[in-house]
Amino acid sequence: MTQLHGTAGLGAEAVARREPENPAEQKRPRRRLSLGRVAAWAVMIAMLLITIFPFYWMLRTALSSNSALYANATSLLPVDFSWGGFERVFGLQTVDEAIAQGGSGAQLNFWLYLRNSVIVATGITVCQVFFSAMAAYAFSRLRWRGRNLVFSAFLLSLMVPIIFTLLPNFLLIRDLGLIDTLFGIMLPGLFMAPFAIFFLRQFFMNVPLEIEEAALIDGASKVRVFFALIIPMSAAPIATISILTYITAWNDYFWPLMVSYTDDSRVLTVALGAFSAQSPQSGPDWSGLMAATLVAALPMIVLFSLFAKRIVNSIGFTGIK
Amino acid sequence: MATTTEDAVPRSVPEGVKKRRDDSRLAWLFILPALIGLLLFYFWPLVRGIALSFTSWDLLSPAQFIGAENYVRMVQDPVFWNAVRVTLYYVVLNIGIQTVVALVIAVLMQRLTRSAMLRSLILAPYLVSNVVAALVFFWILDFQLGIGNQLLEWIGLSRIGFFTTEAWAIPTIAGVNVWRHMGYTALLIFAGLQAIPSNLYEAGRVDGASEVRMFRSITVPLLRPILGLVLIISVIGSFQVFDTVSVTTGGGPVNASRVLQLYIYENAFAEFNFGYAAALSVAMLAILIVVTFAQYRVTRAGQTDLN
Repeated sequence: MTQLHGTAGLGAEAVARREPENPAEQKRPRRRLSLGRVAAWAVMIAMLLITIFPFYWMLRTALSSNSALYANATSLLPVDFSWGGFERVFGLQTVDEAIAQGGSGAQLNFWLYLRNSVIVATGITVCQVFFSAMAAYAFSRLRWRGRNLVFSAFLLSLMVPIIFTLLPNFLLIRDLGLIDTLFGIMLPGLFMAPFAIFFLRQFFMNVPLEIEEAALIDGASKVRVFFALIIPMSAAPIATISILTYITAWNDYFWPLMVSYTDDSRVLTVALGAFSAQSPQSGPDWSGLMAATLVAALPMIVLFSLFAKRIVNSIGFTGIK
Repeated sequence: MATTTEDAVPRSVPEGVKKRRDDSRLAWLFILPALIGLLLFYFWPLVRGIALSFTSWDLLSPAQFIGAENYVRMVQDPVFWNAVRVTLYYVVLNIGIQTVVALVIAVLMQRLTRSAMLRSLILAPYLVSNVVAALVFFWILDFQLGIGNQLLEWIGLSRIGFFTTEAWAIPTIAGVNVWRHMGYTALLIFAGLQAIPSNLYEAGRVDGASEVRMFRSITVPLLRPILGLVLIISVIGSFQVFDTVSVTTGGGPVNASRVLQLYIYENAFAEFNFGYAAALSVAMLAILIVVTFAQYRVTRAGQTDLN
């Protein structure tokens, strides 16, 4: 959080780092430090607060005891500190205890839903990225008739809105007898994502031809070039698209909601929706609900904090290329 | 974008490699899984969805061809028109606010700091699902206990039933989704800003242009193609709003937040009118095509002013 400390100090530091040998240059940034810059930082910090505050509020509410919330709605710290919210989510309380503390008695079968979410997101990510990479290789490094035609068919698929495919896809999954299975949730996402293909194609095209040619002259096959050359050299973009795919698959709600009916195939997002629907309408179990949302959000936050820098730095390519 | 395909063509191919130039068999093999996915889960649904919209079908008895009856019913359905209106209202609010906020964040990030840490924090809401975002704000904006309403009262305003009054339901839902997406959108715009040659700003500064002036005369015009693309992508996403509504208001109060996608879902899975739901989807598709096309024309997203 160092960048939030003091605006003046930071500005001076930056100036010192950038233009140490040119005193004439030094004046200009320092002048910009004035009112406008302070105002700009104020807006930025306000934006950050808006961004971060809800996360804090989740935590604060989750660690409060539900009954105390009603009397202390504005306290910035947890009121009447309690793990009760989390205990209700994980089913560590008896139903009577839970109801006494304002819960509905419903609980998240958390570990099961977590397992389901992990299976779905991992399955989709691994298969989708791998198959998309294969297609991207064919579109970027192989010579074949019909390449442009097939590629434009994929371009077109990018424009089909997801909503339109959901209903017919549901019917297809139903005809295949895969309703209420994890495989049914995964299947439409396993083969490819048009976006992943375009994304990877851009990077594969940038692998220098000379390296590929050298390998080919050495007798390597095109398949070997793909596995031993293109994939390792594109590790960074492949990691990026994998993480983005994982986040998207993890957060998906509508499709799993359509396909899943029982605990067997219920993923975390859907379970959370159901958990909130079961909360009593008058006087909901807010601390339990917030504990549940926090628990549902946590895996992605952990994943992200591990790869934050990489994701942030590569998002530019994602959106525009 | 499609013109870059040719970049991959070998410019100089050594003798030994030349005979391998046609990779047809291998290429089709490599493309096979993706092609299956394309045909099975994109093109087939497209055909099937359109066909379905001309039938009456409740999943139990066989589908019956009924011609354009679903469409006739749709045109006369006040709930459908209300859903279109509500959805459009949502999209305008959502995209309008989101674009302005994201643009401000992006410009501030560009002018103030390169910190990756800050950019990560700004992106944090994008990591949580729509359901999580919806529930958190459902709590923060709760009429009685929500800190948001407490704050309103504290600064001397009266409490607002954000999710429970007809006037506020859609603006609130739009705001929640702005919160989740503004950081991500800001990063996309930020990437576009990075692509603007910095010597233009230096030149502007030498000429004594103010920050505001440089924003208007350099940033905005040069950012236009990227802004256009970002807009098209986010508008398409915005039209498909569902999770937030479904978890918070469920379409209410009355029909105030019954967006098109929710109406489609209800028709299909609550009333088993699959034919009618498919017709509604076709309407949604038609609206999306028109809007996307119009946007593409208006923002001239395919062209750049840089050259």
